Amino acid sequence: MAITREAVRHIALLARLPLSAEEEVAFTEQLDHILAHFQRLDNLDTSAVEPTAHIAPMATPFRDDVVVNQPDPDAWLANSPARDGRFFKVPKIIE
Amino acid sequence: MSELTDLTIAEAQRRLRARELTSLELTRAVLARLEATDAALHAFITRTPERALEQAQAADARLAAGDAPALCGIPLAIKDIILTKGVRTTAGSNILANFIAPYDATVTRKLRDAGAVFVGKANCDEFAMGSSNENSAYGPARNPWQRDRVPGGSSGGSAVAVAARQALGALGTDTGGSIRQPASLTGIVGLKPTYGRVSRYGVIAYASSLDQVGPMARTVEDCALLLEAIAGHDPLDSTSVPRPVPAYAAQLGAGIKGLRIGLPKEYFVEGMAADVVNGVRDAVRQLEALGAVVEDVSLPHTEYAIAAYYLIATAEASSNLARYDGTRYGLRADRNHGLLDMYQQTRSQGFGPEVKRRIMLGTYALSAGYYDAFYLKAQQVRTLIRRDFEQVFARCQAIVTPTTPTTAFRIGEKVTDPLEMYLSDIFTISVNLAGLPGLALPCGFDRGGLPIGLQIIGRPFDELTVLQTGYAYEQATPWHDRQPPE
Repeated sequence: MAITREAVRHIALLARLPLSAEEEVAFTEQLDHILAHFQRLDNLDTSAVEPTAHIAPMATPFRDDVVVNQPDPDAWLANSPARDGRFFKVPKIIE
Repeated sequence: MSELTDLTIAEAQRRLRARELTSLELTRAVLARLEATDAALHAFITRTPERALEQAQAADARLAAGDAPALCGIPLAIKDIILTKGVRTTAGSNILANFIAPYDATVTRKLRDAGAVFVGKANCDEFAMGSSNENSAYGPARNPWQRDRVPGGSSGGSAVAVAARQALGALGTDTGGSIRQPASLTGIVGLKPTYGRVSRYGVIAYASSLDQVGPMARTVEDCALLLEAIAGHDPLDSTSVPRPVPAYAAQLGAGIKGLRIGLPKEYFVEGMAADVVNGVRDAVRQLEALGAVVEDVSLPHTEYAIAAYYLIATAEASSNLARYDGTRYGLRADRNHGLLDMYQQTRSQGFGPEVKRRIMLGTYALSAGYYDAFYLKAQQVRTLIRRDFEQVFARCQAIVTPTTPTTAFRIGEKVTDPLEMYLSDIFTISVNLAGLPGLALPCGFDRGGLPIGLQIIGRPFDELTVLQTGYAYEQATPWHDRQPPE
């Protein structure tokens, strides 16, 4: 199953990873090579096999819906690239 | 250099408790060695000598008062993918170059509360993606046995720190082999616990169904001591399992008479270094001499493990790394034209090529039209791999394999072919897919003087059998006494 340069461009958009023309060519070749190895999975008949989503023997644990930590905006925003009081500042979303 | 840096954690513990040694003396010796060696080895991204000395003083006060947990005063390195409050934590990436951790990971907090001393943040492949530490945005770490060679990855810095005596032990993480492989390439001991044995809270996520934190040290006993300190249920990690933590270290010497060990035929393949094959077969004979009963077994779906892993792990990574978008923390590309451009420029500038490659693979595997053929299929194959192990473990109590197909390769040797790098994970990767505990420990050296590693795989939550087997082998062999050249 060959992966095309168009497909790579589409994935790059989905992943918010813009690629230069050189990167597009390089990634297309590398991904194609890697995906060719993955094709061997088609040799296996898994029609009656349950997928493993989670390996540990447990169901989701629940707790009471009670707030347990104190708000600390200074700590939580300390790494923010742009801050305004309690808010992260980002470029305009709606023009 | 000072022989204090040669102490194991267990020996240091005894001397600290007997007041023959202070944590301050021990920490100073370790820091001096770190300073003298790290320009060449580059095992650390961030060093924290002042904090370490403060921790050592506090540890000495507790030791003097007689109120000292097991790891009190012991200098350790922490892989830079694990959060350490107030200290820069980069995950080996540019996108977190100036990120100061706002809280401790649970494993960090447990060690800190126990009085351990943190000498610095260990170098690693970016976001734990890699098998050589060459994907670090901060430069490769170097194998202390031969400095033009890789230490392995992704916990390369942690392995080097231990092997080169820059710390008495370290924490690493293992998603596809990232503790066990570097441990084996640097001649030390490393354990990946059963999935769910150790909390992942505060561990920067790569693949959430595969990641585990584990100990790296010079001896099996030291790994057992570290594991006891970090294992256990954590309400902050909903994937951590509420099972009690055994006293591993106290039970190491049980011996392995009558232990049934499986040797899977799929783990001795074309392309393996002859010295590695011979080293592992010699180790198997040693285990038999110690009373174990070794039989040939089969794990028939082994050849599909790389494909299954690199679909599942990359899919999970594509989701986990979506948060690095310049909004709340980490790099934000300046001079951008609106929100989408901010995301794109930030990620384009902040991520290295291997991370981009894996995000792309994972995004593709999850995308409309490909989800069933890739991601779902890989999850089904994961079930088959898990069943292979269940069938063997119905008869055997442990499985023994090589850790890697070759010894340490040269820096730069495998970077041009990503698939070749992925294929070298073949012996470690199934263990993560099946969620099992795996121990790597030294079993010899190749003709070039490079360490060879043995892997011991156990039943879920049976770290004890794995550690006991490793301990029995280790105590009957000389490998753990050998040191890299100065």
